[in-house]
Amino acid sequence: MRFLLVEDNIQLAKAVVDRLALEGHVIDHAGDLETAQSFFDVTSYDLILLDIMLPDGDGRDFLSTHRNNANRTPVIVLTARSQISDRVSMLDLGADDYITKPFDFSELEARCRAVLRRQGGAANNLRHFAGVGFDSLAGTITIGDVTELLRNREYRLLEIFIATPGQIFSKSHLMDRLFSFTEDVSENAIEVYIGRLRKRLEGSMAKIETVRGLGYRLIDVS
Amino acid sequence: MTTPFANSSIRRRLVIQLSLIAAILSLTFYLIVRFVAEQAAIDTQDNILAASATSIADALYSERGEVNLELPYSALSMLGSISEDRVFYRVIVDGETLTGYTDLPEPTPLPIPSNAVFSTFDYRGEEVRSVAVARTVSSSGQAVNTTIIVAQTRLGLEAISSSISTTAAFVGVGFFIFLTTLSLLSAQSALSPLRRMTQSIKRRGPHDLSPVKTQLPSELVPLVAALNKFMARLHASLTESEAFVAEAAHRIRTPLTIVRTQAEVVLRKLEKPEDKKALRKMIRAVDESSRSAGQLLDHAMVTFRIENLLTAKLDLGEITRDTCEHLSPTAGLKDINLIVRIPDEPLPIAGDSILLQNALRNILDNAIKYSPADSDIHVTIEKSDHYEVSFTDQGRGFGKADLKSLTKRFSRGDNASDIVGSGLGLTIADEVARAHKGRVHIRSNTEGPGACVSLILPRV
Repeated sequence: MRFLLVEDNIQLAKAVVDRLALEGHVIDHAGDLETAQSFFDVTSYDLILLDIMLPDGDGRDFLSTHRNNANRTPVIVLTARSQISDRVSMLDLGADDYITKPFDFSELEARCRAVLRRQGGAANNLRHFAGVGFDSLAGTITIGDVTELLRNREYRLLEIFIATPGQIFSKSHLMDRLFSFTEDVSENAIEVYIGRLRKRLEGSMAKIETVRGLGYRLIDVS
Repeated sequence: MTTPFANSSIRRRLVIQLSLIAAILSLTFYLIVRFVAEQAAIDTQDNILAASATSIADALYSERGEVNLELPYSALSMLGSISEDRVFYRVIVDGETLTGYTDLPEPTPLPIPSNAVFSTFDYRGEEVRSVAVARTVSSSGQAVNTTIIVAQTRLGLEAISSSISTTAAFVGVGFFIFLTTLSLLSAQSALSPLRRMTQSIKRRGPHDLSPVKTQLPSELVPLVAALNKFMARLHASLTESEAFVAEAAHRIRTPLTIVRTQAEVVLRKLEKPEDKKALRKMIRAVDESSRSAGQLLDHAMVTFRIENLLTAKLDLGEITRDTCEHLSPTAGLKDINLIVRIPDEPLPIAGDSILLQNALRNILDNAIKYSPADSDIHVTIEKSDHYEVSFTDQGRGFGKADLKSLTKRFSRGDNASDIVGSGLGLTIADEVARAHKGRVHIRSNTEGPGACVSLILPRV
């Protein structure tokens, strides 16, 4: 996905850009509203992450201008204040969602997906691998004629594998991406989800292979 | 009026002072009435005595060189008409007693003609009032000096004066009672603005810090102005502390976001399991402090808004649905199903939407946090004579913790030490519920494991 991050704290922005890049997203960073507008004029984004307190104005102004121009690009507001009064006014101004700093990136991604799904989304969210159709927006898997809705963790697991087939992912890596840091789970918990995903992939040529001592990878067995 | 009275009530002081004045006035009134009445009685007796003496003098006549007297009956009967007093008289002609009581003393100095002399003295064991009148009678071409003395005991006068005193005393007491009643009434009415002001301050909610606007007499205006100023200061300091907490949270959250995000980036690049483990612990600690900061901020905001509670007509169903919708991605991360069953009709409620959202969010957030993956959270609203928004999870419940103490600040279930939390979530919900005249009800789930937290709110 292509993000526009509007955030005046450079360190924070850099960290967020780095973090989102890890998931394979493309992020442009604007430090103020003017820069954000100039980026926005020449590029089309899937989503805008908007801070409120910016050096050259209030993020809410950007939001209302944005909406008044009938622009449908979803906006998720990043707020440091958990003052809901702020949140409410932001939703009134046309933000699609908000997230309170510091945020869990899996939560941010979940919110992005939810927002994009609500919008109906673009067409480039379909991936095919070894007879498996994966709609990353709808969260569905299609094998043959059967389309099934994946549960959240199965979905995220498949998303990781299908992005780079053949790559080996360690248990701890998958754990970090699947579980929140506040959850106290053992590494074996990942096996449950691997098992479920394997079941989902039955009937296709795609298979999750255990690489002893290293982890798992998605392979085409045809 | 200074220190000894500093604590006593204004009303009592006013009444005591006004009663004292009334007492002094009544006493003065009594004394004046008594004095005037007695004087009038004395004057009456004196006049009659003088008339009696004069009529005796008029009855003197001269015959063959001797002064004689034919005592007129009326002269003594007019005295008798006053009362049963005894009357004495003496007529002295040329130094010799012509008739009457010879021992009735002559006044000194002797009266000159046309001028009566009055005196009071004891005579024959009783107090008498006497008048002496001089008259010159011509007898055989000679002027003979005569003195007529008439005296009367004062028993009647005393009776009159005592009856007058009694009457005056009654009138005085009546006057006193009348004045005291008046003073009570006037104290009452003088203090009524103060009472009105007290009422208008009493009537306001515990968190209403708006200025007092009651119509008041000018004497109370400085007091009210001072009071309003004080409340404005209090309000400003509350607002300031709210702004301070918001700013503080911003200052804490931004660096925490940087740390957390960088840590996640680094975690991806780390290979050694022990390094990863350490970094995960670090991220957990960051989450813990950011959550605490968030709830402290929420709590401060909730406290602030409760102090300035603004109620509007809201739909509880809509607020609950919004809250569930906002938290469904969070629940989704753990494959938790939010099963929302809310009556498909408006559920009107009077309240502060931000506070209610915050309370619902905190309860649901707790439920998500303590629920295992792949579980259900039921959100229901039951409508009876009140609303009951219930969040039932399949989590671990609250252990052996005292359910009632869970709404206290920083209190948590005794089995929650492994989960990030500050113990403020239910406190916030409870405070919001109370501000809306409702309450938070916590119980163990009746069907299987888990807990059920309900927000009970009155219907409008």
